[in-house]
Amino acid sequence: MTTPTGPAAPREIDWIKLSPWIYTIALFVIWEVVVRILGVPPYVLPTPTAILLAAIEFWEAIWKNGLQTLMTTLAGFALAVVGGLAIGLLVGWSRAIYAGLYPLMIGFNSVPKVAVVPILVLWFGIGTVPAIITAFLISFFPVVVNVATGLATIEPEMEDVLKALGAKKLDIMLKVGIPRALPYFFGSLKVAITLAFVGSVIAETVAANSGVGHMMLTAQSNFQVPLVFAGLFVLAIEGIVAYALMAWVEKRMTGWAHRSGFAQ
Amino acid sequence: MSVPVILDDVTHRYGGAGGTIALEGCSLSVRSGEFAAVVGPSGCGKSTLMKLATGLQFPFQGTVTVAGNRVTKPVTMAGMAFQNPTMLPWRTTLDNVMLPLEIAQPHRSRLRKHRAEYVEKAELLLETVGLKGFGSKFPWQLSGGMQQRASLCRALIHEPDLLMLDEPFGALDAFTREELWCVIRDLHAARGFTVILVTHDLREAVFLADRIFVMSARPGRILAERTVDFPRPRDLEINYTQAFQDVVHELRGHIREARAAA
Ligand SMILES: Nc1ncnc2c1ncn2[C@@H]1O[C@H](COP(=O)(O)OP(=O)(O)OP(=O)(O)O)[C@@H](O)[C@H]1O
Ligand SMILES: [Mg+2]
Repeated sequence: MTTPTGPAAPREIDWIKLSPWIYTIALFVIWEVVVRILGVPPYVLPTPTAILLAAIEFWEAIWKNGLQTLMTTLAGFALAVVGGLAIGLLVGWSRAIYAGLYPLMIGFNSVPKVAVVPILVLWFGIGTVPAIITAFLISFFPVVVNVATGLATIEPEMEDVLKALGAKKLDIMLKVGIPRALPYFFGSLKVAITLAFVGSVIAETVAANSGVGHMMLTAQSNFQVPLVFAGLFVLAIEGIVAYALMAWVEKRMTGWAHRSGFAQ
Repeated sequence: MSVPVILDDVTHRYGGAGGTIALEGCSLSVRSGEFAAVVGPSGCGKSTLMKLATGLQFPFQGTVTVAGNRVTKPVTMAGMAFQNPTMLPWRTTLDNVMLPLEIAQPHRSRLRKHRAEYVEKAELLLETVGLKGFGSKFPWQLSGGMQQRASLCRALIHEPDLLMLDEPFGALDAFTREELWCVIRDLHAARGFTVILVTHDLREAVFLADRIFVMSARPGRILAERTVDFPRPRDLEINYTQAFQDVVHELRGHIREARAAA
């Protein structure tokens, strides 16, 4: 494919590229202005500038806890990727396994993970481990479902072509199933990483002595409302960066799926 | 090499007791090296017949025999092509065409060592169907008709003894279709494999086949059998002869009856 390079077109502003920045800045400006005009007290909703000042003032705590949350999340996410891939392959392998495990997983997934944290604390004590496990538990499901879907939706005709050549189940998985499941797998990483943040922060707020969740809870009980919001922003930034990274990985790894209009 | 295919009083039912009966008391026998065509109303069980003949499904009743052996597992040397080309989008066209070589023996064990030789063969085959130079393109960079031709190459690359074609030309324009008729005709003449072709196009059946089986509406069985003895090699021109038209006409009559009986 070639994009025509127009003859020295007048430099047009690329509004599509620019618009995320414009909208984000606009949000903060409106926020600042509205809070100031209405005179909302800072313990209800601080202005963005107040939040920024708090972030600078408590930079050390934010850095330390932000890193803690990031590490916890990534550890849980890594487990989810490995575990999800393994279970997804297992579930997608045969209809019988699928039928057996599916209701179990649905039931498991519908349990609110915050309700699991006390049990994890019981087993592992307060700290990083329950947070990692919560992040894992909440984020592995989409990986499993996506991988299993990729395997389960092999065109029956493709399967017939291979079977009539004497292909074994393993051949079909290696030649068709797994390559086919990869776009689904990489697509699920975006969802999984976002959920992993949810998981680790939930656990941190309930049972931890570090991490952004814990920091926000402490700040809240000290009425340091701007710091609470600063914590939110740290989470948002970490989330956006991680998401963008996963989107990039997805694009790099499964270029053919985008170009061929696969699975749309 | 080629193989005979025999279905003896086959009944096939999908989905256990009370399920759909697709075929009932269906018998047909395709000789080694013969070009057989199967025509019949939609939903009468033609695709089912293909699946039974390749061991992808097993009959509820009756027996299927391929190459003298009763079929109890998928046959291992059949080439198949369907209406839908089902190319793998992450492989180039050449790699798609070569896929059977990675599965079927003896090629599977030879492929690594003799890769260059096989690539050459695949490229030659692509050239036969008018896809010279398209091997390095991805299937989604090809038109529907071109993908269909590539899928035909995939069905042939491992030199199968049995070629199963389930409406492979259905989605093509008239000219491409006639072009591919000739490709199949020539390959069949050169290699002498057994072919079973399912089609809705009666002219296609008459032009290509040695024998045409007409199926009844579901549950399908063989209503009529017509030997076509135009001398080979056949030229596209025979399409316009009176004798050809007469055979087509006769088949049309059978199909009409089959549909009316449904
Ligand atoms: N996997 C399946 N499960 C249940 N029923 C099926 C299945 N495949 C086919 N059938 C049924 O069996 C009958 C015959 O189907 P088949 O696909 O063999 O027909 P066909 O002759 O190939 O039709 P067409 O010309 O439209 O392709 C149909 O009534 C269909 O509903
Ligand atoms: Mg069919």
